[in-house]
Amino acid sequence: MGMTMTQKILASHAGLESVKAGQLIMADVDMVLGNDITTPVAVKEFRKLGINKVFDEKKIAIVPDHFCPNKDIKSAEQVKFIREFSKEMKIENFFEVGQMGIEHALLPEKGLVTAGNVVIGADSHTCTYGALGAFSTGVGSTDMACGMATGKAWFKVPEAMKFELVGKPGRWVSGKDVILHIIGMIGVDGALYRSMEFVGEGLKNLSMDDRFSMANMAIEAGGKNGIFEVDEKTLAYIDEHSTKEFKVYKADPDAEYEQTFVIELNKIKPTVSFPHLPDNTREEGDFGDVPIDQVVIGSCTNGRIEDMRMAAEVLKGRKVHENVRCIIFPATQKIWRQAMNEGLFDIFIEAGAAISTPTCGPCLGGHMGILAKGERAVATTNRNFVGRMGHPESEVYLSGPYVAAASAVTGKISSPAELQEV
Amino acid sequence: MIAKGKAIKYGDNVDTDVIIPARYLNSSEPAELAAHCMEDIDADFVNKVEQGDIIVAARNFGCGSSREHAPIAIKASGVSCVIAKTFARIFYRNAINIGLPILECPELFEETEEGDRLEVDFDTGTINNITRNKVFKTHPFPTFMQEIIANDGLVGYIKKTI
Repeated sequence: MGMTMTQKILASHAGLESVKAGQLIMADVDMVLGNDITTPVAVKEFRKLGINKVFDEKKIAIVPDHFCPNKDIKSAEQVKFIREFSKEMKIENFFEVGQMGIEHALLPEKGLVTAGNVVIGADSHTCTYGALGAFSTGVGSTDMACGMATGKAWFKVPEAMKFELVGKPGRWVSGKDVILHIIGMIGVDGALYRSMEFVGEGLKNLSMDDRFSMANMAIEAGGKNGIFEVDEKTLAYIDEHSTKEFKVYKADPDAEYEQTFVIELNKIKPTVSFPHLPDNTREEGDFGDVPIDQVVIGSCTNGRIEDMRMAAEVLKGRKVHENVRCIIFPATQKIWRQAMNEGLFDIFIEAGAAISTPTCGPCLGGHMGILAKGERAVATTNRNFVGRMGHPESEVYLSGPYVAAASAVTGKISSPAELQEV
Repeated sequence: MIAKGKAIKYGDNVDTDVIIPARYLNSSEPAELAAHCMEDIDADFVNKVEQGDIIVAARNFGCGSSREHAPIAIKASGVSCVIAKTFARIFYRNAINIGLPILECPELFEETEEGDRLEVDFDTGTINNITRNKVFKTHPFPTFMQEIIANDGLVGYIKKTI
């Protein structure tokens, strides 16, 4: 029986000819990732192993990005703790403030993850790197600790769901709308324990930034990982960013999928997830009249250069509504500089938006944009759970950059198509 | 191994942000985390939970972030076991990796009310609702996972092999 892309990558890293769904395997990992929240717990577990050396100083990345730049004394202590550990273990990829970006934008940009890799990260959105044709999945701190010690992780080989993308997305539709649409269709546990495999001729109409947004939110459908077939765009991205050896895996023609969906990209409309679950989606025309207090544009889902350009396209020549705070977070230093050099910051500042240094801060209710009781935010982030961005009685509405920027202008949830010409 | 306690019930999609809100993640001390466990979904949890209690939930328990602080907070609050219809996968592996017993049992949820006395035998995979005199069978863990649990989590298991 044939294998899926995910199954082939796992087989090759477990030293096996083939694997089957449901099989438990021990696989070699090419990269182990952690952040300032998950790494302190991992370091404590690592110490319990009684060893004083990591398996490979080059294959570990530690990115303090959640409560960084340090939001309070306790956060500062946590970062100090993992900084000292990184120095002691000679971990090469520790990214200090100034070098740091949001981990899932940073690692692909630095070329640290590539096609055919197995990546584990103590952060649920580690599934982002599936956009590069890697098997990449979120784990906990204990897995990170054992991964740092042994270079291995245990997996149950997942069953698969195939998403065949056809056609071309419409004018105000990006990868974020596509993945919100899919999550709305299959539910927040629709892909539970399974891999989401994205293939089809429609891929050519999705940029790498679109694909990163989509793979990023596989976890919001319960997926173990999301993975994209490698094409010319992937290869061009890898060529530009990475010198690491890579390998392209294609699914066998007789690979088994538990379900197959055909996604017609031209039929997808701008989509928003209403509180309090990502699968509670509504399409353009059905947003109703929802006044908002804040807009956040950024995060590991939508903090890349194309997201910045989409926001600027809408905000150009317009003003942020008087009742709205609009905060924009380019995800890495490189994206920051690029956005600045392209003149996007002039557009944002002219519109009355604030621009922040890279941080995950507001997405998880950490800092840099916390909501008060009863406040509502439209955010290009990935979760709208109860209390996610602040007070338990605040609300988060998830969208792509176009809708977020348009909503900042009107002061209520809006599609850019509703805006008047400027 | 046997767990015994009263049932504390929650519904579908209990996410890690309500199990332990991110505003408390500037600490990883189990007792500190336990003090805020379930705060945003059930402010009374910390008052009513007693040593040995069993959380009974519906679908997709533990969805959301990979924070191991979530099973740590539950374990440190005295909960002996979580039984749900299904678990989100990262929570599932984190619970096994830190030695918090969890079981999937689709039938238990409808047959159990908050406060029922439950007894779980992990060796046989049997759950007994003592209050309602009903017994449920679950699938035992695969051998590999049993070994992890027997070694008090992944660290104990790995320690033996390196």
